Amino acid sequence: MTQDKKDWPLWEVFIRSKQGLNHKHVGSLRAADSTMAVENARDVYTRRQEGISIWVVPSNLITASDPSDEESLFEPSASKVYRHPTFYDVPDGISHM
Amino acid sequence: MTKQEALYNYVLRLGDDSLILGQRLAELCGHGPILEEDIALTNISLDLIGQATLFLDYAGALGGEKKSNDDLAFLRLEKEYVNALLLEQPNGHFGDTIMRQFLFDAFRKPLLESLQHSSEKELASIAEKALKETKYHLKHSSEWVIRLGDGTDESHDKIQGSLHTLYRYSHELFFEDESDFLLQKSKIVPELNSIKLEWEKTVKNVFEMAGIALPENDWKFEGGRQGRHSEHMGFLLTELQYMQRTYPNMEW
Repeated sequence: MTQDKKDWPLWEVFIRSKQGLNHKHVGSLRAADSTMAVENARDVYTRRQEGISIWVVPSNLITASDPSDEESLFEPSASKVYRHPTFYDVPDGISHM
Repeated sequence: MTKQEALYNYVLRLGDDSLILGQRLAELCGHGPILEEDIALTNISLDLIGQATLFLDYAGALGGEKKSNDDLAFLRLEKEYVNALLLEQPNGHFGDTIMRQFLFDAFRKPLLESLQHSSEKELASIAEKALKETKYHLKHSSEWVIRLGDGTDESHDKIQGSLHTLYRYSHELFFEDESDFLLQKSKIVPELNSIKLEWEKTVKNVFEMAGIALPENDWKFEGGRQGRHSEHMGFLLTELQYMQRTYPNMEW
């Protein structure tokens, strides 16, 4: 990764809040390397016990969908209600659905 | 000197080291070099002030004058503070702040590791709690010393300069007097020789990775442990004590 030394790379931060849940994107920050990015994420994003695990990913390694493709990517599913499991009753005691 | 008096002196030193360094780092709140580091330094400051609260609370109970931790933190005279001189040194540039932190953390971690097994239960439990925080402080300051030393020519020269300025204050961390000897005899606190070996190992290891060298001269400054402070201390205390001096007994 080549970069201007004066401009630290941007990192995306993912935090897992407790055992069994998945990591969630919480924000981004700048850091010189991955070790410092984890430390910075600890300081910036877990001050109030938000997490038990941290992932950092260089922002430039993320490939994103193009906002102008929104219509073709996402709208077709709007009319397909049968894809939602709304015709079932969720049993008691199932959380995180 | 009774054991209780010795323990009071000892715990006061632990508390003052935390308090004064915590106050120094608090000065950087909103002035850190980058947002991430601003928050990191302020977190460390809060950890240290939290440790000071516990140590001074304990000292107050040992002291027999029924002083609260606030009395001890805010209402003593300069010569009654017994922190090491290293901790009252100004923040300087970022390298100075980090080097001061590193020299202290590398000492504090093995000390707390030993104190958590002290036969004085209260001391042991405060040490155990503080150790978790201090381990992170040392990791943070070590990582930065390595990166600054092994970074650009400018960052290398600056952190080498910080070491040159601050190294002479580090010897005082291992100051011992009759309070220490009395407590060591009862196995309540460790001999600082053993802590110094650990400190030297950490310092050597990190400086090697950072590519910076220990100063050749063997100049040593001390006085803080006996209440003789550097010129910076008065200014620091003026700010620290301002509210209690101006509005006695105020609470918030």
